[in-house]
Amino acid sequence: MQELEVAGQGSVRVSRKDNDVVVIEKDLTTEEMLLSMGPQHPSTHGVLKLECMTDGEVVTSAEPYLGYLHRCFEKHCEMVDYPGIVPYTDRMDYLAGMNNEWAYCIAVEKLLDIEIPRRVEFIRVIVSELNRIASHLVAIGTYAIDLGAFTPFLFCFRDREHILSLLEWASGSRMLYNYIWIGGLSFDVPADFPKRLKEFVDYFRPKAVELYRLLTENEIFVKRTKGIGIMPADVAINYGWSGPMLRGSGVQWDLRRNDPYSVYPELDFKVPVPDGKFSVVGDCLSRHLVRALEMEESLNIIEQCISKMPGSEGFDARAAVPKRVRPKAGEVYGRAENPRGELGFYIQSDGKSTKPLRCKARSSCFVNLSAMKDLSKGQLIPDLVAIIGSIDIVLGEVDR
Amino acid sequence: MSVSAIPQISLPFLMGNSLNAWSDALAGLTISWFPLGLVIIAAIPLVFIALYALTYGVYGERKISAFMQDRLGPMEVGKWGILQTLADILKLLQKEDIVPASADKFLFVVGPGILFVGSFLAFAVLPFSPAFIGASLNVGLFYAIGIVAIEVVGILAAGWGSNNKWSLYGAVRSVAQIVSYEIPASIALLCGAMMAGTLDMQQINLHQSGPYGFAHFYLFQSPIAWLPFLIYFIASLAETNRAPFDIPEAESELVAGYFTEYTGMKFAVIFLAEYGSMFMVSAILAIVFLGGWNSPLPNLGALALYDWTSGPVWGAFWIISKGFFFIFVQMWLRWTLPRLRVDQLMYLCWKVLTPFAFIAFVLTAIWEIYVP
Amino acid sequence: MSEMQEGRTLPQSVQESAAAYGIIREAFGSAVSDFDANETMPFFEVLETERWQEIALFMRDHPKLRFNYMACLSGVDYPAEEKLGIVCNLESLGEFGHRIAVKVKCARDGGSIPTAAYVWHTANWHEREAYDMFGMQFAGHPDLRRILCPEDWEGYPLRKDYAVQESYHGIKVPY
Repeated sequence: MQELEVAGQGSVRVSRKDNDVVVIEKDLTTEEMLLSMGPQHPSTHGVLKLECMTDGEVVTSAEPYLGYLHRCFEKHCEMVDYPGIVPYTDRMDYLAGMNNEWAYCIAVEKLLDIEIPRRVEFIRVIVSELNRIASHLVAIGTYAIDLGAFTPFLFCFRDREHILSLLEWASGSRMLYNYIWIGGLSFDVPADFPKRLKEFVDYFRPKAVELYRLLTENEIFVKRTKGIGIMPADVAINYGWSGPMLRGSGVQWDLRRNDPYSVYPELDFKVPVPDGKFSVVGDCLSRHLVRALEMEESLNIIEQCISKMPGSEGFDARAAVPKRVRPKAGEVYGRAENPRGELGFYIQSDGKSTKPLRCKARSSCFVNLSAMKDLSKGQLIPDLVAIIGSIDIVLGEVDR
Repeated sequence: MSVSAIPQISLPFLMGNSLNAWSDALAGLTISWFPLGLVIIAAIPLVFIALYALTYGVYGERKISAFMQDRLGPMEVGKWGILQTLADILKLLQKEDIVPASADKFLFVVGPGILFVGSFLAFAVLPFSPAFIGASLNVGLFYAIGIVAIEVVGILAAGWGSNNKWSLYGAVRSVAQIVSYEIPASIALLCGAMMAGTLDMQQINLHQSGPYGFAHFYLFQSPIAWLPFLIYFIASLAETNRAPFDIPEAESELVAGYFTEYTGMKFAVIFLAEYGSMFMVSAILAIVFLGGWNSPLPNLGALALYDWTSGPVWGAFWIISKGFFFIFVQMWLRWTLPRLRVDQLMYLCWKVLTPFAFIAFVLTAIWEIYVP
Repeated sequence: MSEMQEGRTLPQSVQESAAAYGIIREAFGSAVSDFDANETMPFFEVLETERWQEIALFMRDHPKLRFNYMACLSGVDYPAEEKLGIVCNLESLGEFGHRIAVKVKCARDGGSIPTAAYVWHTANWHEREAYDMFGMQFAGHPDLRRILCPEDWEGYPLRKDYAVQESYHGIKVPY
């Protein structure tokens, strides 16, 4: 007797009674429907395929399939010299380009032993925090539109335009900057930049409050996200979650505080961690809250930087940028707090070449998304959409 | 408290015309054997739907949503983009009509048709003016509530016939939603019928006529009338699949729900059906609770505002304006609120709206019987 | 076993890692190598590859170590030694705060490393990626298949001697 396994349909048994009679027995099972939230879908935030087995509206399993945006970042790194890798890092999490470049430069600068000028550090903080606000605006806007609220999306993008104009003024490009270089910056910021920055901060504060009242306090939005996709803190740590995901589960962990780099020790800012009063700790609403509240903290950081930043007399952004980047032999794991979590670079250098031996990008979204399969068991399809939105993935970083 | 019956013939504002004068005249118009008048009666709402959907429906929605979202909306085609919808219609007309190879051809083609027919049939009993109503049925309200249920068949046909799992999801959700929300909707409208004592649409409007304008409207005639008004408004949002109940066409989950696979004119037909039913529920709401074609302006002594703004043509103006106002509120809600999840939607219907509808029904009955 | 280099004391973090290493060394003796106390990434190597899972569990659960967070697991190719390996960056998040890196190596052809997927869930996808890019097997992994490349891709791209395949489903690959 031959038993054939046919996926999703129970088993089929084929047996021969005699020479020309074949008996086929099928188990009677109700089929689960295979639903492919395929690579092209309005709410998977990029080319992600989720193969869901659904029983009615309940999802019994949602398996992510990656690789649609894989561009061989790590192989390119072995063929391009260290400064040339900076534009590649931009393109990983393209919504937070400055943060990616910074994480990479932190890693390489550890191997180089150079001293970064103070003004460079402050400008790096400013552009990274601006990019953090822009990235969170996209996250919040697209999350709202996934849940059916069309208007906050446009409000978020309207405000993001101002940030992109500022960053274009500083670096020359709206989205993929190549601005933070190993050892410094590519250009200094323009003369009036602090003034315009202050105007933006004053403009955006009431807008952030308006967005909060329109979306986060909306009864329907809260009902759609509260208690959905709960991740306990210790499981989150074991999955390797970081950034707003981990803080949404109640863990006080922010690399800017717990593993500080650059001038963050001098800056005064709060790290928002939900305490369960408005949301359930670890659910989608908590994660959304962390992002909404972090935007305001970034504004505070930018304001402090404007006042503390040294002036630009006699300043050359490329003063400490080495002519030829040839780090000493060794390995380093350098990381920074990206809007989506911890972006880390494991770089292996042999001390002789200008190209890394191995450069691995530890991507925050890749790790955050790995919990998707377990988070989605037993959820309804609309809740699946809510969970993916709250994980806030950018496929460029997931696939690299 | 009910308005004393006003004899039809002596109504000064009808300017000598009796009720349904235009419809009766048109019904009698025949050219040899061909009932031209009946055809015109049927065609008028159709033309109206098309025109309104073209101008106010699509253009208004795009402009209103744009201004709410801090942007401009259509600006290129014509001054302020007025001709945009015309351009869209021309585009849709010459689009390739695709029927997916693995789709059930009959159901796929027939779905939008049934959908539109169901939505359009209810226009037969809408009194567009004191002198015009397509079919003056004495069970007009009952007919309007019931005939919309044909849409369900159309949606199922469209969803199943598309041979697309996402369309199927949308269709199934939509059917569940429409069928469930008919109950609070009907009960709420029954409250209005109770106050009128009749199901005939023209009579309901007639009973809300009077020199005090809006004071005669049923919304203000009973202390509890706001409750069925609100319930019917919410239920009608669900009936027409508008946000926050647009889970069947939830873009972000289901691409476009049950009409994912439709292109060209079939898509335009579904679209027209949706805008048609939007106007229909707004009109029914206006007729039952807000006086239909009656003018809301009262006679203030020498300023006989009510008399000046009443008449067959004025009547058409008033009911269309009231319908448009509710459509504006529907659009407003769509762009403000996120959408409810399917089970939350069902919970709202069965555990919130239906009990309240029953309460409203009982209270309205008490009011009608015991308060003179 | 921390090392003093020419009279310069090591940074605080390296000393903490060295202390953590000491506990591991006590428990596992010669299954682990000596501690490399460099400043950028202090690490030790697991010499007996079969005991890696045991060591991982020990590191995660020991009350003085509590390495509950795996920051990164990278596959590495050592062409000179004819070996493949992984480098794990571990951290005790929220508890002790010390960090350490662990290296585990295996043979190039047909080598396998015990999986750490049941110890840290992070390792699940990282090991799939290492397998996809380098080709080492992870013994006991719940679902070892390619993650970034298509399921039927040939070859292991990040190996130093990798040559792209000529065509994939009729599409010419090298350009």
